[in-house]
Amino acid sequence: MSIEPAVEVCDLRKEFIRRDGSRMRGGVRRRRVPALRDVSFTVARGECVAILGQNGSGKSTLVRVLSTLLLHDGGSARVFGVDVAAKPRAVQRLVNRVSVEASFFKRMSPDENLSYSARFYGLTPRQTRTAIPEILRRVGFPPERRGEPMEDLSRGMQQKIALARALLTSPVLLLLDEPTTGLDPRSKLEVQELVRDMRRRHDCTILLCTHDMTEAEALADRVGILHEGVLLALDTPAEVRDRYGAETLEDAFMAATGRSFEDEAEEEVHA
Amino acid sequence: MRGETAGAFRRELVGFAGIVERNTYLIRRFVWWELAWFLYTVANTLTIVFIAKGVEAGGYRLDVNREMIILLIGAVVWSYLGLVFEIETETVAWERWEGTIEYTFMAPLSRPAHLLGMGAFAVLYGVIRTVALFGLVAVMLGVHFTNPNFATATVVLAASSVSFVGIGMMTAVLPLVSPEKGTQLGFIAQGLLLVVSGVYYPVSVLPQWMQWLSVLSPATYTLEGARRAILDGAGVSAVWDDLWPLIVIGVVAVPLGLYVFSLGERYAKQHGRLKRSG
Repeated sequence: MSIEPAVEVCDLRKEFIRRDGSRMRGGVRRRRVPALRDVSFTVARGECVAILGQNGSGKSTLVRVLSTLLLHDGGSARVFGVDVAAKPRAVQRLVNRVSVEASFFKRMSPDENLSYSARFYGLTPRQTRTAIPEILRRVGFPPERRGEPMEDLSRGMQQKIALARALLTSPVLLLLDEPTTGLDPRSKLEVQELVRDMRRRHDCTILLCTHDMTEAEALADRVGILHEGVLLALDTPAEVRDRYGAETLEDAFMAATGRSFEDEAEEEVHA
Repeated sequence: MRGETAGAFRRELVGFAGIVERNTYLIRRFVWWELAWFLYTVANTLTIVFIAKGVEAGGYRLDVNREMIILLIGAVVWSYLGLVFEIETETVAWERWEGTIEYTFMAPLSRPAHLLGMGAFAVLYGVIRTVALFGLVAVMLGVHFTNPNFATATVVLAASSVSFVGIGMMTAVLPLVSPEKGTQLGFIAQGLLLVVSGVYYPVSVLPQWMQWLSVLSPATYTLEGARRAILDGAGVSAVWDDLWPLIVIGVVAVPLGLYVFSLGERYAKQHGRLKRSG
C-alpha cells in the first residue's frame, strides 16, 4: 500500500498577463509572464520542504495555488490527494498559512482576530474560549497584551499571533511564505523554534518558501531551488550542496541560478 | 450522510456568525468614529427636514408636518438602505485595506455564508442606527404622527433589506475584479440609486429616462411603501403594490448576487487579483 503524499504537484503551470508599459493602437501592450513552468514535486506527510528563490521566482505563486487563492493554467496540485482546483473547500480545511505580512485587522486585538478567524474554520466560542489562551501561551505571547490593538504590537509579536492563528485551526499542511522576513534576529529564532515545535506536536507537513538559506537549512528536510518559475533542484541540503559542488547552500544557489540574493538587492536599489 | 450534512451546516452557521462577530469588534474599536458619523447623519437629516419649514417661511402654503415626515422618511430610509448597501458592497474593499483578504478567501467559509453574514450584520447595525436616528430627529423636530403603521413600514424595510443585500453582493465583486476602480464604481451605483429612487421628491418629477430606472430600484418601492404606512397608516395589504416588487427583486437579486460574485471570484483567482496589494 502506497502512502499518499501531503503535497503532489505535477507539471504545474501559471502565467500572468502584465502591461509592459508601451502603448499600441487600441490600448496598452500586454505580455504573458510565466510564473511557474512545469513544476513537479512531492512532499511526504510530516516532512518540511523549503523552496528557495528570489523575489519573483514563483514561490508565492506556488503557495497561493496550494492555498486555493490562485487557479493554475496547467498541470495539477493535490493536497493529501485532493485536487486544489476541483475541491477547494476540502483543501481549505487541511491548509493554513503564515505569510511575510502578518495580515490582521490592525485596530482589533489578538484575541479578537484569532476568535473571528477560528469561526471561519468552524470553531465555536466554547472551543476558542480555552484554545486561544492556550495557544497564545504556547507561542510565548504575554497574556496581559491580549486585548491591545495589533497595530501596537511589534512585528515579531504580530508574527507570533499569525502562527497562533494557523495553529488554532490544526492544519495538516502549513504553508510558510517568508515567515521571518523583516524580523529582528531574536524574533526570527523564536519563530523558527515555534515552527519546529509545531512539527513535533502536530504531525504537521510544512512547505516553507524563503530566501533565507540559514533558515531553510535549519528547518527543512529537503531544499528546493526555484528560479524564474523552474524548480532546478529538490533534495536534502547536503545533496543540493554536493550536486553543485558548493560548500554552502548559498554557493549552491548561486551555482544553480547564476545569481545571488545580493544581485537582487542591488537590482532593487537601481530600479 | 445526514450527520455530515448537519455538520457542514453547523460549520457554515459558525462561519456566518464569525463575520457578524468580526464586524461587531470593528464597530466597537471604531466607536468614536461611528458616533461622529451618527451625529453627522443627525445633522444632515435635520438639514433636509428643515427644508419643509424653509419652504413655508418662503410664503408657500403646505402641510409642514406632513412634508417634514416625507423628508424625514426619505432621509432615514436612505440612511438605512445606504448603510446596508455600503457594508455589503465593501465586503472585499475592507479586507483589501486591512490586508486580510487572502486569509478570509482561503478559509473554508462558503461565499454565501460570508456574504450573507455581511448582510446580516449590516441589517442588524442599520436597524439599531436607524431607530436611534428616527427617534432622535422626530423628537428634536417635534413632528407628530397621526396614524402611523410602523409594523407595515418594518415589513417593507425587511423586504427591501434583502434586495439591497443582493444588489450589494453584485457591487461587492467590483473591487475584486478591479482593485483600482472597483470601490469607486460601487459609490457610483449607490449615487445612481439615490437620484432615481425618489428619496426626497416624487419620482414623477424626474425626466422620463430616470423614471424608467426608478422602476428597477428597490428603494423606490421602499420609500413609497414606508411613506404610505407611516403617513396614512396603510396595512400590509394596502402596500402590496410596493411590497411584491421588493419581494421579486429580493428573490432574484440574492441568488444573482451570489452567482455574479462567484464569477468575479473565479476571474480574480485566474488573474491573480485575490491578494492584499491588488
